[in-house]
Amino acid sequence: MLNFPDRRAGLSFFAARLLIGLIAGLVPSLSRAEYALNLPAPASDLAQSIYDLHTLILWICLVILLVVFVPMAIALVKHRKSAGYQAAKFHDNLLVEIIWTIIPVLILFFMARPAASLVVSMKDTTKEDLTIKVTGYQWKWEYEYLGDNIRFMSNTSTPKEQIEGSQPKGENYLLEVDRPLVVPAGKKVRLVMTSSDVIHAWWVPAFGVKQDAIPGFIRDSWFKVDKPGTYRGQCAELCGVGHGFMPVVVEVVPPEQFASWKKEQIAMAATAAANANKTYGMAELKALGEKVYSANCAACHQPDGAGLPGAFPALNGSKIVSGDKSGHIDIVLNGKPATAMASFGKQLSDLDIAAVVTYERNSWNNKTGDVVQPADIAARRK
Amino acid sequence: MNTTTINGAAAHHDHDHDHAPAGIMRWLTSTNHKDIGTLYLWFSLFMFFFAGALAMVIRAELFQPGLQLLQPNVFNQLTTMHGLIMIFGAIMPALVGFANWQVPLMIGASDMAFPRLNNWSFWLLPAAGTLLIASFFVPGGAIAGGWTMYPPLFMQGGIAYDMSILAVHILGISSIMGAINIITTILNMRAPGMTLMKMPLFVWTWLITAYLLVAVMPVLACAITMLLTDRHFGTHFFDAAGGGDPIMFQHIFWFFGHPEVYIMILPSFGIVSTVIPTFARKPLFGYVSMVYAVASIAFLSFIVWAHHMFTTGMPVAGQLFFMYATMLIAIPTGIKVFNWVATLWRGSISFETPMLFSLAFVFLFTIGGFSGLVLALVPVDIQLQDTYYVVAHFHYVLFSGSAMSIMAGVYYWLPKWTGHMYDEKLGKLHFWLTTIAFNVTFFPMHFLGLAGMPRRIPDYSLQFTDFNKIASLGGFLLGASQLLFLYVVIKCVRGGEPAGNRPWDGADSLEWTQTSPPPYHSFVTPPLVK
Repeated sequence: MLNFPDRRAGLSFFAARLLIGLIAGLVPSLSRAEYALNLPAPASDLAQSIYDLHTLILWICLVILLVVFVPMAIALVKHRKSAGYQAAKFHDNLLVEIIWTIIPVLILFFMARPAASLVVSMKDTTKEDLTIKVTGYQWKWEYEYLGDNIRFMSNTSTPKEQIEGSQPKGENYLLEVDRPLVVPAGKKVRLVMTSSDVIHAWWVPAFGVKQDAIPGFIRDSWFKVDKPGTYRGQCAELCGVGHGFMPVVVEVVPPEQFASWKKEQIAMAATAAANANKTYGMAELKALGEKVYSANCAACHQPDGAGLPGAFPALNGSKIVSGDKSGHIDIVLNGKPATAMASFGKQLSDLDIAAVVTYERNSWNNKTGDVVQPADIAARRK
Repeated sequence: MNTTTINGAAAHHDHDHDHAPAGIMRWLTSTNHKDIGTLYLWFSLFMFFFAGALAMVIRAELFQPGLQLLQPNVFNQLTTMHGLIMIFGAIMPALVGFANWQVPLMIGASDMAFPRLNNWSFWLLPAAGTLLIASFFVPGGAIAGGWTMYPPLFMQGGIAYDMSILAVHILGISSIMGAINIITTILNMRAPGMTLMKMPLFVWTWLITAYLLVAVMPVLACAITMLLTDRHFGTHFFDAAGGGDPIMFQHIFWFFGHPEVYIMILPSFGIVSTVIPTFARKPLFGYVSMVYAVASIAFLSFIVWAHHMFTTGMPVAGQLFFMYATMLIAIPTGIKVFNWVATLWRGSISFETPMLFSLAFVFLFTIGGFSGLVLALVPVDIQLQDTYYVVAHFHYVLFSGSAMSIMAGVYYWLPKWTGHMYDEKLGKLHFWLTTIAFNVTFFPMHFLGLAGMPRRIPDYSLQFTDFNKIASLGGFLLGASQLLFLYVVIKCVRGGEPAGNRPWDGADSLEWTQTSPPPYHSFVTPPLVK
């Protein structure tokens, strides 16, 4: 892209040459897909428009770069003291100053126009086909299909072993979840976003959507994707220790498939409700509890329950965990204000909380022998 | 660095009637602008290495995907403290150090207007620096929510968060006092005949910067005080549950934060505008328009803050206003770049180390300006906000902008400050290593950001591996190269070829009429400027 003749070789022109060299040095190895140089392939019209706008601006910048730095390069080569060049004396020219003030104004106007109309269409969340409420939690997303009684959590599903290097990393390392957001292809999906704790940002690059999820406030955004497929993104706003482990995965499916998926979800919710009063055994609860623990608790309290001294308390041998059941249940349900301990009452079902409390009370060195049932949780919720 | 005086031999200079205490008391009690400038510069260099070392650890962790060296909470502490210390501990004190040394010398004043205030401004810094460094060792570790300290995340930390609030308060007080001192000195103590429009451009940029500091440091102080009361005294400024608004913090913070960006770059413009005419042997082109450009940038810096917040979800009108206002900054900035190029045009150019750094500054800062323009466009910013593209952008304006202009200034004025020439060969080597390593480190980050890598993550998905490896290798070289800088500076302080009054034949401001090093009290009789 930048290609200046070699005769200008001279230490003076180092900066441009350096960049060119850097780019040129990288280009031969670009055959590997890992060297992505540009925005990802757009999947929505908005993302396509953003892509095109970015390309346009890049070309304009390149032209300006040449207009400014070719003369500088010439000066650095030709007007050198070592070449015996005598300095001129001029130091002012009103006309030139006016010209190089006005031209940039015009260029900026030219840049701002397409950007402005794109802003307006990005902000237009009307005429949606369906609305999904997205809630950020430390460190997972909750999706709620408004009007359809479907609500679930989406956790990262990359195993800890892969992160710590004891297992080879999978293809979608850090960009995979247990339950993706499922949306119909070709429909305008409106997202209303909020957060239950700190600020997060929901981002799928291929859609051109990035929106902060702000606790106590609702913001909205939208996308329409025609091509079915799996699209991946991540939380974009620093939200604590788990920030790097908070992926977003969206499955775009044909509308018919979406309808049958919805039915399935509603049926699953009914089964779960029917199980609410069931009584479970210790082994069953501990097995489920371990899963809930590693998805929700292990990031701070650590898989071995040791916590991180000073930042996150240990659960192994903790007074709360080995003390009275109800105190333990309450802190899980309601959290602890002004700390990172969130309230899980709204995030997890009675069964999940019963399982994780049972697991914590009977793991590591904690041997209370208590079996906590979903009904116990329901009782503490009041 | 003033070896003559370090050795207690200040009396060699006939001008010196001062009986300054020797040894440590000289530095603790000094009210001399040169000593205080030296203290600022050494403090800044120490902090530069400390925060740089944090960056080395960050790059080591990011060398490959997976968690190898650090737990995520430690990683977040390192990124947060790297940013906070580089900004408040390295860049700002270095520029104030330049102001201390150079402003009185360049306007023909004998010292700063308030010498005791000056001493106090400096000696607050080590206190704040100690608090910041000590915060790594308290239970829970240092602050880990990003240098921008956004609530509600900021509410979740331990004692280190309060220590950092206190440290930033102290740094703010120091900056405000330093700024008042600089404003008073420039407005009242110029040599007879030096009208405002005859001041060297470096002095102009610092005058305007000092006004920015006075205007926005109190705003930062308010923001962090509100954080403190939210944390401990039951207020709910930023807590929606109590009727507050977390986004309000971002508005207040960036109302400080954007002018802060210019606080770190305007004096750099001043340094580069001093160095380029010297080595082009030709007066600065468009002096008057340069002054107006700096003033307009300073004004615009107050009305663009929300471009840091496009993804928070502002109304259309808000997004458009801040987009247009941000794009306007390109105009005065462009004028400055054009003027530098016009200064070079038909000059008689030579390439000493300060000039190399200044030329690199013009080119690389412009790259940072272009990426700034890309980020100003709301739709593109939505894609790039909080990605490595932003990390690339602000390192192009803060490292190849501020930090490299500071290096240019150090090489330019070291002969004046120490009386010795620095080692030109090593200086050039330092320059080339720094520039190459800088680009290898940060240029690939543009690609990482475009491809979708969020910033502030301790681990990343596999498609980002290769560019991260390159960036890490570049980063290690960049860090190591700065040891050479330290060596060159120490070598120059300890000795070297005598510099003479005016080692640069193209330099014409007042400091070059003084001996090198200048007498402990320079311009006891003010010079007459025609």
